[in-house]
Amino acid sequence: MNFFNALPGAVAQGIIWGIMAIGVYITYKILDIADLTVDGSICTGACVCTMLVINGVNVWLAMLAAMIVGMLTGLVTGLFHTALGIPPILSGILTQLILWSVNLKIMGKANQGLSARTYNVVITQLDKLASILILLGIMLVLVALLYWFFGTELGCSLRATGNNLDMCRAQGINTNINKILGLVISNGIVALSGALLCQYQGFSDINMGRGAIVIGLAAVIIGEALFGKIAGNFALKLMSVVGGGIIYYIVYQTVIWMGLDTDLLKMLSAIVVAIFLAVPYWKGKYFSKPVKKGGHANA
Amino acid sequence: MLELKNISKTFFPGTVNEKLALNNLNLTLNDGDFVTVIGGNGAGKSTMLNVIAGVFAPDEGSIVIDGHDVTHMPEHKRASFLGRVFQDPMKGTAAGMWLEENLALAYRRGKRRTLRWAITKAERQKYRDMLKQLDLGLDTRLTTRVGLLSGGQRQAVTLLMATMNSPKLLLLDEHTAALDPKTAEKVLALTDKFVSEEKLTTLMITHNMNDAITHGNRLIMMNAGQIIFDVSGEEKKNLTVEMLLEQFSKASGTQFASDRALLN
Repeated sequence: MNFFNALPGAVAQGIIWGIMAIGVYITYKILDIADLTVDGSICTGACVCTMLVINGVNVWLAMLAAMIVGMLTGLVTGLFHTALGIPPILSGILTQLILWSVNLKIMGKANQGLSARTYNVVITQLDKLASILILLGIMLVLVALLYWFFGTELGCSLRATGNNLDMCRAQGINTNINKILGLVISNGIVALSGALLCQYQGFSDINMGRGAIVIGLAAVIIGEALFGKIAGNFALKLMSVVGGGIIYYIVYQTVIWMGLDTDLLKMLSAIVVAIFLAVPYWKGKYFSKPVKKGGHANA
Repeated sequence: MLELKNISKTFFPGTVNEKLALNNLNLTLNDGDFVTVIGGNGAGKSTMLNVIAGVFAPDEGSIVIDGHDVTHMPEHKRASFLGRVFQDPMKGTAAGMWLEENLALAYRRGKRRTLRWAITKAERQKYRDMLKQLDLGLDTRLTTRVGLLSGGQRQAVTLLMATMNSPKLLLLDEHTAALDPKTAEKVLALTDKFVSEEKLTTLMITHNMNDAITHGNRLIMMNAGQIIFDVSGEEKKNLTVEMLLEQFSKASGTQFASDRALLN
């Protein structure tokens, strides 16, 4: 396969996963929760979209429905965490497991074709350039909406929730509702990216979300590392996450083109993410002075 | 303004660590009272403040703020009556957000948070004027991340946030304990200024007996989850640290067990 021929495909996939990574950014960076629901909810978005389109529903409506169902998956995780007191990581894993069954039931089997030759879809790998343009448009609308939302009173209180829970409660912010809201928005976006992915690749598969959180984190981390210095504004930060997704897929294509065993890709992704996550920890541990925090225990 | 009736709170009941933190505590604050609270480690001072703020519920008793029974009201709802400053300067502000965003969050305490823009232009001018009062040069740094400010600056900002919309009750939990002496003095002076300007009913925990005597119009001393000494007006003005220590051993039957308080 020619590398340059593969480039548009990498860019299109990169944008799709970059949109997914925006969802991860909201939970991981803004809410300070590592939400593992996404491995399931991206597939749920794909399943809902695929089945609706197969059954004759307009593809834009199908994408909207996928988003709404994705939001519900975030609601489930949020309720596990806030109402049942389950730690956020475990809450996400539980929902993910629930979604495995749900996704199989939605599709009726482990995978479902959605060929662009048979069905009316808006993006497809058969026309990569048009797909890239549409994906960029969807991304821009999404970034604009999020930029607006996180600038409102409610969005501001959501950002504060990820920053400092004590302060939020003292300022009258319902932190539980905000955590749920963040998870709902995040998984809605993740499901949307699933709905885009199934159209692009022409099928949904029960395994398509496996390791999605790692790709999402990789995009967030790459985006931050490469564009962090220039992306001061919130909208630019979100776009740099998408940029991170694109670069992830270009590197992915490159190593495949260079002949790397594709079986190893997931392992390599995980190792790269682990290293990048370790960098700030090491920096804090070995290159800075310890900071003492005042204890409330001795009052 | 505040009424605590027969409040009891036990931590870790039924274990070897069982600790009776508040023992049938009663306290009534009048409108405009500025009460300083002293007592040894484990006397129940912070527990009392946390029970009032709703961090945890009391095992028994009731809490009434400004005529509202808030005993079972969750912390974030109770916040509309309260202004709070914590001992840890990192706790009162959101480090990753701008100064003006922090102020705007506090400005909306007790109000519904809507989809309107988080900060209006008119507000910005108001925040600038408020920050000028702190005299820390912060009025030109509205878009600085709060995490970049010093502990003293953050505590002054927290104090401003706690007092900006005239809470029914201001709760200060050793809010100068983590600051250097000079900064602590400045934050205390600001506390006096805001409390007297807004005529705020205030509960201030301090480990510094001198501060407890020189600030406020009333002083209470706690031991073993109860108030063992309650003095106000002229009588309070004439107090000395020695008299407080004497009062403590008389009322509690033990020596005052806090080196921090004695060293100050």
